[in-house]
Amino acid sequence: MTPAETDRAPLGLALLLAACAVALILAIALATAIGDYTIGLSTVALAITNGLGLTGAEISPIEQSVVWNLRLSRALVAALAGAGLAICGAILQALLRNALAEPFVLGVSAGASTGAVSVIVLGVGAGGLSLSLGAFAGAFSAFALVALLSNGATSGPNHTILAGVAASQLFNALTSYIVTTLGNAQQARDVMFWLLGSFGGVRWPDFQLLLAVVVVSLAICIYMARSLDAFTFGDEDAAALGIPVARIRLIMFAVTAVLTATIVSMVGAIGFVGLVVPHAARYVVGPLHLRLLPACALVGAVFMVSADIVSRVIVAQQTVPIGVVTALVGVPFFAIILYRARPQP
Amino acid sequence: MSIVAENLCWGVKHRTIVSDVSLAVAPGETLGLIGPNGSGKSSLLKLLAGLRRPVSGRVMIHGQDISQVPRRTLSQQVAFVQQNAATDTNVSVLDVVRLGRTPHRSALSGWSRDDQAAVMTALERVDMTGRRAQAWQTLSGGERQRVHIARALAQSPKILFLDEPTNHLDIHHQIEILRLVRDLDLTSVVALHDLNLASMFCDRIVVLQEGRVVACGTPETVLTEPLLREVFRVQAGISASPFHSRPHIHFMAG
Repeated sequence: MTPAETDRAPLGLALLLAACAVALILAIALATAIGDYTIGLSTVALAITNGLGLTGAEISPIEQSVVWNLRLSRALVAALAGAGLAICGAILQALLRNALAEPFVLGVSAGASTGAVSVIVLGVGAGGLSLSLGAFAGAFSAFALVALLSNGATSGPNHTILAGVAASQLFNALTSYIVTTLGNAQQARDVMFWLLGSFGGVRWPDFQLLLAVVVVSLAICIYMARSLDAFTFGDEDAAALGIPVARIRLIMFAVTAVLTATIVSMVGAIGFVGLVVPHAARYVVGPLHLRLLPACALVGAVFMVSADIVSRVIVAQQTVPIGVVTALVGVPFFAIILYRARPQP
Repeated sequence: MSIVAENLCWGVKHRTIVSDVSLAVAPGETLGLIGPNGSGKSSLLKLLAGLRRPVSGRVMIHGQDISQVPRRTLSQQVAFVQQNAATDTNVSVLDVVRLGRTPHRSALSGWSRDDQAAVMTALERVDMTGRRAQAWQTLSGGERQRVHIARALAQSPKILFLDEPTNHLDIHHQIEILRLVRDLDLTSVVALHDLNLASMFCDRIVVLQEGRVVACGTPETVLTEPLLREVFRVQAGISASPFHSRPHIHFMAG
């Protein structure tokens, strides 16, 4: 047996990770340069090194502020959100053994939206903190509902997906009800924008919080990567391989709930990233999670930053909601995956 | 390693599926589990392997109550081959067999020489070495069964539980697999449908009917015409085979 066989596609993984890292740096640089007011890449570089305190170059305070305070934090939050959602998708797909599993499909994003909308429209609490808390509470309620309906996600993968569909319908209905009956026109527009996701308004504190959550989650997931692999043939089979199934399940669901709730509370409900990215990554690096999870994180980050750039340039002087872009790119891509993976007659 | 079950009971809702089963398997023995559809063979196997918790009663492996043993420690000694393993994930044969090493590896340990040796030996034993790079999805039912037996062997267990391992296999591989299980230097419990194969390859046979043990002993003592009529509802004549001297069952077309 050759080394290439004992460790399948290590070259593929290394290449993908390296390519993604380069692409991510390029995408973040572009995202920082492009906008209503385009700034040269050299100025961007100087503004960033200034911001980091490495240089003290003379550039206009406006450009410095736009690059450092607005665009760079936005691009980095986009990267982390993409990474986080892709990791959530990969984990849920492994645990539920269903290709359709992701936070959006399981109703978690819908729950977070309802929570946030309650805060915006009903004025429960006040300020940015309570908006996040509302989203958090909503995300966890949705998770709890899905867990309850599916008997702790032990009643089979399809059952859990159906419970998720029911939960998203319920929470979306609640959101629409609150907005249409109680909100004014301005609030309805705010809510709409938020439901489809937006990176507008994210700042450095968001980045710091999200960075901590994503890094810790990814570390936990990579630590448990082998256990996730053991779920390939189902829960009982994982138990036969020595996996403490109930405990792993609980930890993994908690990690995805925290990750999703954090992301949705910051940037709204962004669909399709968690669904499409793991499939694309699996196609290149294979199904083993020790490889798949880092690949998902990087591919998700690149995808989201690129989607954010597109959302800002596709219509002049206007930002299209990010969820629209991810769906417009994601759906055709997903169609290709489905078409290629269809059972051969 | 020995297995002892004491008064095992298990059921769902108000239906009892395994009812007061006690049995003992000696180290190195191959025990056959036979019984009609729905007699509780699979459930009993899962109880014995610790995959389900009995409502009452207990299972002792090597003198230790398995409900007190951590899952991973138990899996280092006990392997289970389920009946119809299935997945949508695009895994290779090698990936599947490598999963068998899961209980022996800590979270971040590398792939050791022992792991590699166990996997290659297991693949060799089920005659799948040449197919190791193939996608699991493209295998036939019988080949998948062999891969899962290889995975169980890669687990380097002392005890092997197999739930109808000869399903989907052609006769050559049925005999091959059962010969392999018999000759392995480990204790095994095999649920089987084919009574003649059970007779040929098992040291002792346990007969289940509606969750209860109705007979237990060597093939010669257990496989009798009245028992087959009573439990399996078939007319049959039984004689010692002139070739291997074990009981051979001749079913009557009626």
